[in-house]
Formats: sequence, C-alpha cells, structure tokens
Amino acid sequence: MKKLLMTGVAFATLAGATFSTAPVAMAEDTMFVPSLSYRTGPFASGGTPLANGYADYFNMLNARDGGIGGVKIVVEECETGYNAQKGVECYESTKGKGALVYNPYSTGITLQLIPKAPVDKIPVLSMGYGLSAAAIGEKFPWTFTYPTSYWSQLSSILKYIDANGGLKGKKVGFIYLDVGYGKEPIPLLEQLAKDQGFEIAKFPVGVKEMQNQGSQWLNVRKERPDYMIMWGWGAMNATAVKEAAKIKYPLDQFIGNWWAGAHADLRSVGEAGKGYKAANFSGVGTDFPALQDVIKHVVDKGGSQVASKDLVGDVLYNRGLFNSVLIAEGIRAAQEKTGKKVITGADLRDGFELFDLSEARLKELGLEGFTAPIKGSCKDHEGAGSVFIQQWDGKDWVKISDPIAPDTAVVRPLLEAAADKYLSDKPEWKTQTCS
Amino acid sequence: MFYREVGQFKTNYTADSQVFPILQDKIGIIAMLVIAYLVIPLAGNDFFITTVMIPFLVFTLATIGLNILVGYTGQLSLGTGAFMGVGAYSCYKLTTIFPDVNIIIMVLLSGFFAAGVGIIFGLPSLRIKGFYLAVTTLAAQFFLEWAFIRIPWLYNYNDSGAIEVPQREGFGVVLSGAAALPVTRYLVVLSIVLFMTWIASNIIRGRIGRSWMMIRDMDIAAELMGVRPLYAKLSAFAVSSFYCGVAGAMGVFFWLGAAEVESFDINHSFLFLFMAIIGGLGSLIGCYMGAAFIWILPIIIRALPGVLGLDINAATVEHINFMMIGGMIIFFLIVEPHGLARLWQIAKEKLRTWPFPYS
Repeated sequence: MKKLLMTGVAFATLAGATFSTAPVAMAEDTMFVPSLSYRTGPFASGGTPLANGYADYFNMLNARDGGIGGVKIVVEECETGYNAQKGVECYESTKGKGALVYNPYSTGITLQLIPKAPVDKIPVLSMGYGLSAAAIGEKFPWTFTYPTSYWSQLSSILKYIDANGGLKGKKVGFIYLDVGYGKEPIPLLEQLAKDQGFEIAKFPVGVKEMQNQGSQWLNVRKERPDYMIMWGWGAMNATAVKEAAKIKYPLDQFIGNWWAGAHADLRSVGEAGKGYKAANFSGVGTDFPALQDVIKHVVDKGGSQVASKDLVGDVLYNRGLFNSVLIAEGIRAAQEKTGKKVITGADLRDGFELFDLSEARLKELGLEGFTAPIKGSCKDHEGAGSVFIQQWDGKDWVKISDPIAPDTAVVRPLLEAAADKYLSDKPEWKTQTCS
Repeated sequence: MFYREVGQFKTNYTADSQVFPILQDKIGIIAMLVIAYLVIPLAGNDFFITTVMIPFLVFTLATIGLNILVGYTGQLSLGTGAFMGVGAYSCYKLTTIFPDVNIIIMVLLSGFFAAGVGIIFGLPSLRIKGFYLAVTTLAAQFFLEWAFIRIPWLYNYNDSGAIEVPQREGFGVVLSGAAALPVTRYLVVLSIVLFMTWIASNIIRGRIGRSWMMIRDMDIAAELMGVRPLYAKLSAFAVSSFYCGVAGAMGVFFWLGAAEVESFDINHSFLFLFMAIIGGLGSLIGCYMGAAFIWILPIIIRALPGVLGLDINAATVEHINFMMIGGMIIFFLIVEPHGLARLWQIAKEKLRTWPFPYS
C-alpha cells in the first residue's frame, strides 16, 4: 500500500514539475528555431537526413560566424513521427519558447498549422510541400512555400517531358501516395491534360500498400503510359522503381517529384534503378564551399547527428540544409529591416517577403549553382523557383538538366482559384494587400 | 484513517444505491470538478490545456464508447477509429451545410450518423461472436477509411483531401477554428464529456445496461430470461458509436483543427482498445485512467529530460518512450489484469482499514 502511495506521489510531483515549467526566458542573444523532425516511424529514412542538414547548417553558422548578425541560433528538435497529432503537440510545446518559424516536413501537419500561424504570429515555411495555394501571398500572408509549390513543380516536369519527346497525344501515368500530399497536384494535372491535349492515368498507392505495389504496376502494364510521374515518399519510392524495373518499364521515362528522388530511396535499388529520373531543387554532393564549411566546423567536430560523413551531401541532407539557408536569409533580411538583432516571428514573416537569393548572393554564401535564384515578395510566396532533373546512374544522382522554370502563366491563375476556394468558407480569414 | 465509512448511515434505498455512496468519494468528485472547471482554466498554460487536457478528454469519451461495446456488452470491436471518423466527417458536412447552427449542437448531432453506421456494421454481431466479430468490425474500419479517401463529397472536394475546421461562434465567443481560445474549447469539451459520462453511467445502471451485461455474461441465459439479443446488441452498437462519433467530431473541431483519414486509422482503433483494457473493461472511471495512462504519460516522459536538464536528442527520447510505455503496459497487466480501475478499487478497499488492518 505504501509503495502504491509513494508511486502515486512520485507521479504527481513529476507531472507537476513537467507542466509547471514556465516558458524558458530566452537569453538576450539567441534565436529559437524549432525543428519538427521524424527520426522514427515509417518515413524516418527521409526525415533523418532532412533533420540533420537542417540542424547542421545553423550549427555551422554558429561555429563559423557566431550566428546570424551576431545572434546565435538555437535549434531544438521535436519528434513528430510524421504523425499529425504529434506534430500539433510539438507545435504547442515549442511555440511558447519564442519559435521564429515552423517547417513541418509533412503536408498533414502543415494543413493544421496554416490556420494557427496568423493567430500565433509565427510563419510556416513549407519548403516545396504543403498547400500549393499558399503560394498566393495576398491570401496567405503567414505561409510560404519557397522555392516553389507542387503545382509549379509539376508544370516544370511536364515542360521537361514536352521538351524531351513531346506531350501532345501521349499518355502520362501518375502514381501517387494516396494521402493529401499525393493528391495535391491532381487538379492541376487534370487541367493541364485538357489544355495541352494529353491523356492521364492515375495509380493511387495506399500508405499500407507502399511496399506492395504489384497491382498498381499490373495496371501500368495494361494502360501502357508513355511517361510515368511519381508523387511518392518513404518506402514507396524504392518499391515503385523496383516494380517498374520488374515489368521492364523504361526507367528514363519515369520521373519522380522532389520527394521521390533521394539517395535513401535508390541506394536499396542500386543498379536496377539506373535511368530513373527525379526533380530536385537543392544541389547534390558536397562540392560547395558552404557544405565544406559544414563538414569542417560541425561534422568533423562531432557536432552532427549524421551516422557517417558520406551521408553529408545526400539529396535530402542538402534539402534540409537549403531549408536553413532560406530561414537564415529571411532572418538577415528581417534584421536589416527592423534594425533589431533578435527578431520575432512577425519580423521573420516580413523578412521572408524581402529576401533576395540572387546568383551573386548564392556565391557569397558558398552555394553557387546549388539552386536557382529565389526572390521573396509580398505577392508571390513560392518564389517561382526552378527545378532541375537528376538521373540515377546506378550509384549516385547526376544532374542532367538546367533549371526549368515553372509555367507561371498557367499555374498562377489556378493557384489563385484554389486559394479563393480555400478561403471561400472562411469569412474571418485575414488577407493582406500588396502594394 | 481518512477513508472510512463508519458513521455514514443510509436510511433509504435511494441513498444506498447512489453512484458515490461514500462521503469521501463525494468530496473527492467535487474537488476534482473544482479543479477541472476552475483551477485548470485559471492556472493551466496553453500547452497543458491544448495538448494534454483536450485530447485526454476526447480520448476518454471514445474509450467510454468502446468500453460500452467491449466491456459492458462483450462485443469485441476494432472499428472505433472509423466510427470517430464518421462523426468528424458528418459534423464537417453538417456545419458547412448549416453554418449558422451552433457547433456544439452539430457535434452532438453528428453522433447520430455514427450511431446509424454503427448499427449497420453491428448487424453481423447477431450471428458472429468473439474474434470473428472483431474481423467484421475490422471490415468496417477498412471500408470507412476507403470512403473517407474516395468520396470527395465528404470533404467538400478540398484539394488537400482533408477536412478543415471553419470558424464557428456561439454564445458570443469563438468556439472552433484557430481563433478559438484553448480555454473555451477545453470548457466545451469538458462539459460534453462529463455530461455524456453521466448519461452513460445512468444507461449502464438501468434496464438497457443490465441487458447488455447479461448478453456479455452469457447470451443464451440472457435470451432465456427475456433479453432480446437484437435490441441489446444493436443498442450497444448504436450507443457506442454515438459516443465515438461525438468524440471524433470533438477531436477535429476542438483539438486538431484539420484532419485527414490518418487521424482515424486502425492504429487509433487499437489505441482505444488499449486504453479500455488498461483502464479496465466494464468501468467508466477506468476509461479516464486508461486514456490518461496512454496519452498523458508519454507526454510526461517526453518532457522529463528537459525538466531534469538532460540533453538527450528527441528521437532517443521517443524510443525510450515506446519502450517504457510498452514495459509499463505489460507490468500493469501482470500485476492487475483487470486494469487500473480494479487497482483503484483495491486501493480503496485497503484504505478503509489503513493504517490498522486488523482493528
């Protein structure tokens, strides 16, 4: 009995201690950037390199330059497991610490944070995922999808296909993860099919059957599409490429989006995946001065969580790093604008609309050729960035195309319509006007 | 010493068959209500209210729903997540079709849709028993998940495929949407959950509840004594799904703010089954304990390294978390297979004689 009481008391005190901690007062010279990571769960193979690259760049800035504008960046990870409920828990538990920005790395979590952002005055940077319509800055003042949105990306991929074999009269197969993320680009695909005169065939893959796509690829064999486009993530990608190789689908006509073209996906496929293509917007490899600095200041000193040095420069590692670059640039722009050293989430929101990642600036950062130039603006929250196409040579990814700009003239009106639709049942939504 | 009923005389049957016959229990309940309604809203921070209390209450209600079916009627179900989804999606449809009706009414109404679906999927229970019934409810889970993805009308043809909670006002305050204050949402959820717990306890103590328990204990004997299995089983499915549906609607409208089908997947069905089993099958207080154990304990474990000043990275904490929760589930089930509620009951029995067990 006594034991039971003691345990009870112990738990009660523990619980008390856990919840009574007031938000930790931040020391004057740090800025807090939460990292919603997933190193566990079904998508850990993608979440781990993303979180590593994300943290390592900030730690490199801290070690090399003493932070940004003399203010050190504190990165704190919160494990979401790619689960929307845990993601919201992470958001609530970190926002009180003065979080500057959220990067959920999950469309499901992004959708839940979009309405919270204006209320809590913390911007959401869903870098190349989330709600495409958020690219319309007037309608979504607090959400950013730099460097480009899913819809813009799809238009870039279709442009690439058009330039390398033509689209008109062809059949394009679309294989996608059957969740919000995978279904996102379908409205655009259907619209473009109508406008540009090509046929589409859709092959949904449920989360539970990610590693068992036999039936989908049987249908692919029946439908015989000329090209395949994939919106996949996690274990789905490797399985799809393997299945495609099994039915002898020509892999150089199989193009994944930027979440379906990582080292982690193709390493397990190896030689069999030779020829498979994927879109990407963040450079491959460590052949950039900034990456060398990361290795020198962070990885070699044991400050990184990467399992081995070879994993630095992986597609998703560089993607996570690019995410930090965008935030760092946003912080710099905000510091310049406000004259303050320590900025708030609202300042960073303004910074995101001001920053200009030009060729010259990329060179200064040691990232020349890493990505296409991006410019923030009030109207355009996707930055109209370009994607390039990379190809798997059996061992590594090789960049095979120049940056391909999205078909803004077609995509933009559709994005506007989608944004209006999102807001149609939300009369209380706050928009902004851009001068 | 503190928990003794000596001197508390009951002079009529009403007093004798109260839910809380002992004075100390009454004081305890009143104290908890004061804490829930006054102390937590005034002293709790946003994090505590939104991530701990609201989901805890929502999960409690879903567990009560499941417990009615599994614990009181003895019908094993793996469709809880899907029935919650029915509630959530129908609430979303209702409030977008009738935007001016108070959202609380819509949340409660959506329970009826879930009840209807529950009755349909409960029909096989008249012929199928035990584990086989679990398989048919599993079919409900898969079918409904499929429906939530494949029928775009259910989510108003949103590009994202998710249901997004619109802002709704009632009683002059914002009740749902991002602008709703955590305290408001908490008080709404708390009131609904307490009210429905009270209703459930009355149903269970009454004629319907007794017929459920007769079916659970021995269906043939129950039938011979005049309980009609059709009404008993289907009413259990209906009430159970109603509770799950309301819980699902509350979960989306007062907690998550947006939901995809993954918020109602099979893992959630299992989660609620664990809550019901660990809390104690056939116990309402057990539902609260089970939900607290499965939902609040991991949050405490996750926050521990920070409180103790240890620098452990987030993924490791998560792994430790899984191991500790798993270990504790096994520990509790070995120590007391009838769940935390039974443990609480034993503790109370012992407290009656403590500290002089032989006097």
